[in-house]
Amino acid sequence: MGMTLAEKILAKASGRDQVRPGEFITAKIDLAMCHEGLGMGVSDGFRGAGAKRVWDAGKVVCLLDHYVPAPTVKTAEMHKQIREDIRDFGIEHYYGESEGVCHQVLVEKGHVLPGRLIVGTDSHTPTYGALGAAGTGIGFSEMAYVLATGELWFRVPETIKFEIAGALSPLVMAKDVILAIAGRYGAEAAQYKSVEFTGPAVEKMSVASRMTMSNMSAEIGAKFGFVAPDETTITFLKGITEQPFTPLKADADALYEQTYSIEVTDLEPQVAIPYSVDNVKPISELEDVVINQAVVGSCTNGRLEDLQVAADILRGRVVHPAVRLLVVPASKTVYRNAMERGLLNVFLAANAIICNPSCGPCFGQHMGQLASGEVCVASINRNFKGRMGSDEARVYLASPATVAASAIEGKIVDPRKYA
Amino acid sequence: MDRLIRGRVWKFGDNVDTDVITPTKYLSLPLEEMKNHTLEPINPRFAKEVQPGDIVVGGKNFGCGSSRETAVTALKALKIGAVVAESFARIFFRNAIAQGVPILTCPEAPQYFEAGDEAEVDIKKATLKNINQDHLIQGIALAPDMLAIVEKGGILSLLKEKLRGS
Repeated sequence: MGMTLAEKILAKASGRDQVRPGEFITAKIDLAMCHEGLGMGVSDGFRGAGAKRVWDAGKVVCLLDHYVPAPTVKTAEMHKQIREDIRDFGIEHYYGESEGVCHQVLVEKGHVLPGRLIVGTDSHTPTYGALGAAGTGIGFSEMAYVLATGELWFRVPETIKFEIAGALSPLVMAKDVILAIAGRYGAEAAQYKSVEFTGPAVEKMSVASRMTMSNMSAEIGAKFGFVAPDETTITFLKGITEQPFTPLKADADALYEQTYSIEVTDLEPQVAIPYSVDNVKPISELEDVVINQAVVGSCTNGRLEDLQVAADILRGRVVHPAVRLLVVPASKTVYRNAMERGLLNVFLAANAIICNPSCGPCFGQHMGQLASGEVCVASINRNFKGRMGSDEARVYLASPATVAASAIEGKIVDPRKYA
Repeated sequence: MDRLIRGRVWKFGDNVDTDVITPTKYLSLPLEEMKNHTLEPINPRFAKEVQPGDIVVGGKNFGCGSSRETAVTALKALKIGAVVAESFARIFFRNAIAQGVPILTCPEAPQYFEAGDEAEVDIKKATLKNINQDHLIQGIALAPDMLAIVEKGGILSLLKEKLRGS
């Protein structure tokens, strides 16, 4: 009997020939990622339990991305403590606060390779599935345990397959596909399960677009969100790393709990309405939504192709006078590439605010927060109550194309007229 | 951990997310203050009136959203007896086990409980009893490894033991 990608990677990591959904295993961790979570509980748990050094200095990556630069003295103190902990615990890979959002940075720096089992103190760790790695989010206590021991218990998940057929129209993006999936199958469609995205539409996607799909798989409950490694993956990885890797794939006779088929040729841009990610409407069915803020950025949609799409729409135009447009590159590399392509000039000419590479306003604690009664359209991943500031604000989720077009018009609009 | 946990039920709906359990704006407060705002956006009375041992009964996908462990920490600091739901979001579920908070998936729970009912939870047997109606329903048992972590009081107690032994 064959195995799915999740089963193969968990079998390998637990030293077994085969694992089956529902089994509990203890697996060796290939890579552990901590952001500010280190200073918000991981270090305390680690020290409190009597641990001194991480289990393998080379297998831990840390950086700061949520609160950078530090907005308050309290955060600055936390960052200072984190820098000391990095030294004390013997962590080799530390990128500080200048590189950008963890998931983007880990991919760019070659830490994410097919077949690896990666845990992170962030719920969007399934992003790594875009490269065929089993990435999943864990809490701070569990991370303290991992840093000390290099292992963790897992339940082998059932796997769901999404077969995505057809070809996307211009200015309809991977974000629209994953929002359509969330809308159609619900926020719990993949609860505690592994997801594999397959089919012609996914095969045509860039690694950046695949990362959007895998990233948002967390929003349908997924533990892992895979795209099986193919030529696109291998070409991408050869461009950033010389490390060897084995691109694992699911077996042809692997057992899937469910297979969903989706055709995207006629898919129109999608919008998730407050306050849940699965409250999705095609843009043609959305009533008029006047906006105060628009955000292009985050680990979901802050990559070069996202900024390029937004800039192409904004070129020669200006943001509506009643709207603030924030552009947050997901990493320093994205920022530099956007600069070299001239995209930053387009944003500046359009009156956008360009923020430093970071999580930006996405998680509601740093820059660009919303006042009561305000409305934002954002290329981020969550629209929960209070997600980006006031409990009385409303956040709509959409693609970078929809965000850029909406910023121009002052209300949420279909970007396809700018194609 | 007591074998039987008995308390008053606080009932919540589907998709209660971690941003609602511990709202972002209170995250920087010390735990002793932050816990007083637990679940405030959807039930401002909860944190003020909850008693030690009370039982949270949620609907589908309880604890969805971010990996913020504060969602569990706050409920633990309020001395919740157990968290029961029709289904849980994965990271919340793991975090509860990691912190030694009794947690029970019980698909039928919402239909047999109303706010204020008296409930009794047996984590080992994975049962949930409505004392008022004398009705017993079966949940999904934790695997032995998970139960062992809960019984030890959380994964850090397990780590402490491990490090002491090595």
